[in-house]
Amino acid sequence: MFSRDNWKEIFETIQKNKLRTFLSGFTVALGILIFVVLFGFGNGLINTFDDFFGDDATNVFFIFPGRTTVPYKGYKSNRTIEFENSDLADIEKNFPLFLEYVTPRISRQDTVRYKQESNSYTTLGVAPSHQFSEMTIIMKGRYLNKLDIKNKTKNAVIGRLVEQDLFGAKNSIGKYVDIGGSSFKVVGVFQDDGGDNEERVVVIPYTTRQLIEKNNDKVSQIIVGFKPQIGYAGAMAFEKSLDRFIREKKYISPQDQNGIFIRNVADQLKQNQQFARVLQIIVALVAFGTIIAGIIGISNIMVFVVKERTKELGIRKALGATPKSVIGTILLESVFITTISGFVGMLIGIAILSSLGEKLKDFFITNPYIDTGTAIFATMILIVFGAIAGYVPARRAARIKPIVALRDE
Amino acid sequence: MIEIKDLHKSYKMGSNSLHVLKGINLSIEAGELVAIMGSSGSGKSTLLNILGMLDEADSGEYNLDGVPIKNLNETKAAKYRNKFLGFVFQSFNLINYKSAMENVALPLYYQKVPRKEREQRAMKYLGQVGLKEWATHLPNELSGGQKQRVAIARAMAAEPKVLLADEPTGALDSTTSYEVMDLIQKINDLGNTILVVTHEEDIAHMCKRIVYLKDGVIVEDKKVEQVRASTYV
Repeated sequence: MFSRDNWKEIFETIQKNKLRTFLSGFTVALGILIFVVLFGFGNGLINTFDDFFGDDATNVFFIFPGRTTVPYKGYKSNRTIEFENSDLADIEKNFPLFLEYVTPRISRQDTVRYKQESNSYTTLGVAPSHQFSEMTIIMKGRYLNKLDIKNKTKNAVIGRLVEQDLFGAKNSIGKYVDIGGSSFKVVGVFQDDGGDNEERVVVIPYTTRQLIEKNNDKVSQIIVGFKPQIGYAGAMAFEKSLDRFIREKKYISPQDQNGIFIRNVADQLKQNQQFARVLQIIVALVAFGTIIAGIIGISNIMVFVVKERTKELGIRKALGATPKSVIGTILLESVFITTISGFVGMLIGIAILSSLGEKLKDFFITNPYIDTGTAIFATMILIVFGAIAGYVPARRAARIKPIVALRDE
Repeated sequence: MIEIKDLHKSYKMGSNSLHVLKGINLSIEAGELVAIMGSSGSGKSTLLNILGMLDEADSGEYNLDGVPIKNLNETKAAKYRNKFLGFVFQSFNLINYKSAMENVALPLYYQKVPRKEREQRAMKYLGQVGLKEWATHLPNELSGGQKQRVAIARAMAAEPKVLLADEPTGALDSTTSYEVMDLIQKINDLGNTILVVTHEEDIAHMCKRIVYLKDGVIVEDKKVEQVRASTYV
């Protein structure tokens, strides 16, 4: 079936029936092209999604104090839990194995003023390591440092859009702004991939915030960064023991749902990944549909090809072609055309995707791509189903009595 | 060479059944040139199709060169057709995207003859029908008579035992018809057995024997004095 003579016969037939070759080749090439491009766009969508949600560190817990609902160890219920600076030190002391950093976060809404311009912004009282938990990028100047914390300096780091709002095009570094009635010196400007809201934030030392608020040592929120090496399971174990530790220290019942609350970003990360997976499934469904449409297309072409060749096949049968050789001729020809054009379509699709890069970022498609394995697999599927789709009419054509086929005009 | 006994064939036309061949008995020796005559609907084409294994009889015996032709599957029928029979059709039935030479070489392809030899033999037969210089032309570049000569060369290329011609001159004007008949006579002179289905008296008389068919039975079977077509050309 695969002798050189057979191939020569097939090549000649292909060469001399250009329209037919073009039609079936075009269908397959287009099908694969659309598949590759759609699938690539889907991956681009997922890339964009990752960009949106991947801006915060994922090796982070947020610990929020709450209000107890269960009496415990002589303490009544309905007690407000508060964190203090000593809690930060205790956590740091007790979990050296897991811990990378601890930072408090005291969130306030303040009016920030520079000359005539003023606006209301979120002000965060934090420690220097807060930069890591938010993956803050410093554009100019510096972030807060240990000395700021120790000396309770009135230094502030402002978001890119805060600078834009208040200073316009002017440089803000070294200028003094009024934050909630106190004067702070701008030491740095940061940007954040998390979007506009995360860039309309002012960051000051938490100790300074506490000083302003009657020199207390209250901390409204604790952010704990753990070592990424401990993995998902390690993070879950760490969360558990951290939870137990804080409940013990603050006399909160282990059964109390509201005493404290730990938000585990690793958990959230999992949710995000799930969302991404759903996106992937939708993409896969679209791709599947495209492939089905391609298969239907190639089937139609095959039916047309066999119909068109009925008379020729009748002549060949009259001259001694066996049914096997009739089927073989049609199938080899179609497989040959679909293979060549399938891979051509695939390569064009990949070329289009790689040329796009970030050009479609406005449409939420970043760096669309398709892995070669998937592309080749889809192409093979189309070839195989093209062959199956061709086999059915080919077998019917091979069965037609030559006398019937010859009468076909 | 050909031996048929009590051959029956009917076609189903909806609920009716049309009895086309009603018991045909015919014996043809090697080297004969036989015309099968009859008006349309007499069953002559059906008979030829059955002889050519393009169609199957309902009942009766058919022996071709001593081989009983019965209950053939498609593959076997194809092999027998290739080995025993050459066809010439009224509408030529050349493959339109193949050149004259490639058309002639096609039966040899199915005999698994190597390409080189195929082309040589095809050229030889094209030479015999006088179309050597037209070898590379496509069928639509040839006249009707030339097409039929290519078809005859193709039928001869496989060196069959019997040549079956179904109205070989039906689509040709009389001059060309005579040219084609002249060629058929010459091939017959070489000792080939040929059956010609026709409804034209003058064509039939260029054969050596005429079998008259009417309403599915043979009404007359006679040897005739052959009229040489070359006298008209």
